[in-house]
Amino acid sequence: MAEAPEDGATRTLPSLRRLSRALPFGRTHGRLGVSPSGRPFVSALCSQEDVDPQKTAFLLRKAWALYSVTPLYRLRRARLRDYARLLSAFIAAERHRGLAVEVGAELDIRVELSSLAELRGSELDQAALLVQLSSRSQGSSKNSEDKLVWWGCFCSVFGDELSENTPEDFTSLPLFLSHGADRYTALVGTWFQKTFDCCFRRLAISPQNLSWMVAMWAGCKLDRAASAVELVFSVPRLAQPLDISYAIHPEDAKALWDTVQKTPGEITQKEVDVFMDCLYAHFHRHFKIHLSAAKLVKVSTVVASAHCDGIVKILHSQYLPGVLMLLTELAISQIQ
Amino acid sequence: MAVLRPLDKLPTLNSGVLLLVGSDEALQQKLAEAILLERKDFSINIHLATSLPLPSERDHLRPRIDLVVFMIDIKSKYSLKNVETSLAHVDASFFLGKVCFLVTGVGRVNACSIETNAICKLGEAYCSPVLFCELELEGIRVATAQRLLRMLQICAGHIPGVSALSFVSLMRNSHDD
Repeated sequence: MAEAPEDGATRTLPSLRRLSRALPFGRTHGRLGVSPSGRPFVSALCSQEDVDPQKTAFLLRKAWALYSVTPLYRLRRARLRDYARLLSAFIAAERHRGLAVEVGAELDIRVELSSLAELRGSELDQAALLVQLSSRSQGSSKNSEDKLVWWGCFCSVFGDELSENTPEDFTSLPLFLSHGADRYTALVGTWFQKTFDCCFRRLAISPQNLSWMVAMWAGCKLDRAASAVELVFSVPRLAQPLDISYAIHPEDAKALWDTVQKTPGEITQKEVDVFMDCLYAHFHRHFKIHLSAAKLVKVSTVVASAHCDGIVKILHSQYLPGVLMLLTELAISQIQ
Repeated sequence: MAVLRPLDKLPTLNSGVLLLVGSDEALQQKLAEAILLERKDFSINIHLATSLPLPSERDHLRPRIDLVVFMIDIKSKYSLKNVETSLAHVDASFFLGKVCFLVTGVGRVNACSIETNAICKLGEAYCSPVLFCELELEGIRVATAQRLLRMLQICAGHIPGVSALSFVSLMRNSHDD
């Protein structure tokens, strides 16, 4: 228990329930980034007005695989219909070649590309690009509904760092989210790479970034009954792989974060370290296991959950811009 | 208090003693074996410890330690904490070039749990060089072993004209630039 050097840490350890609740003002998010530790991160407001909840509701409660994308060359918004046609022709051609063959009925894939101007951080960001693949079974009647089988979304939320430096003719949409079968992701990715000369890379999230996320999201204002804050660790180098799941009551987690955070609206690396050290010390006191030696693979809060392989699920529409902003920043740091 | 001191024992002829301190024993073993495989013209003793202070019962049997290498695994915050608490048990005069920080596991950027900035600050605070390596890869393991061997030679006084203090002055120069 004497490991944590900060006063804040030693104050919170004895019993998490005895802490006073923090003032109920709205939490704004600090920025992740490759800045030196100790420097306060200026927060960016998550402006709700820019994001129309209906249009972006499709992003919620789906497990999205994350990719970072280099800027797209000569993407013309006026030609989205043409692109959709070319992409569906490409998918059909690949199917005939024997790839992406689905066992069962022959399915016709329809492609739809659309621009989503609501999904962006500021006016400096490009409007998001949404790709939807829907299937219509050939056997069924003509009136059957199209079933959406795959979603892909290129977006940039406060990605000024990258868009400032991109030359003319390039569209900067560094974050790509995909939901659906991997074979479609591969097909769409290949087509975009060939057509717009960009590069897709899987965005993995390091344990350090995951601890940032849990510290920020655990401190979010809760307006209704929330699910527990859960951390999943994997223990390396054992004969049998061992996963440890550590669940914390959301009120306690928020109370802990509120005592650790010094300035509202700013988050420093030191504060995140202290927060995590408190959680580790608490666990060690009860179970005599050093979680700091294990690898943090997944974090789950009421706002969102994230897995180190680059899979994210966003649960709360209010914090959607904030989460996307973090992910955009991660994507940009991977590109650069 | 069992504090490691650099000059409290007499040196043995034509030998060098290296102490590896780190929480990962398997990795220490690998590195120690790699160092022992290297060609050298003096005898080496490698001591492995998970943390300091060293047990005082065997203190009279222990030779004088020439170089202490603190191993930090970038994937484990626990190893950094372990090193930080162990540093308190090293006498200040050791930090005149006879201590070095070795950061392992840097091959996997996506698994890092520690901020590299924190480690560099640690190196600056203790005036000691910080080496980054990936011991899982054989080539880099061999190269790291060679570097540590060379440093050990200098710290044990086997290179005429060069002492451990030169590490400190080398670090100072690049920092000011």
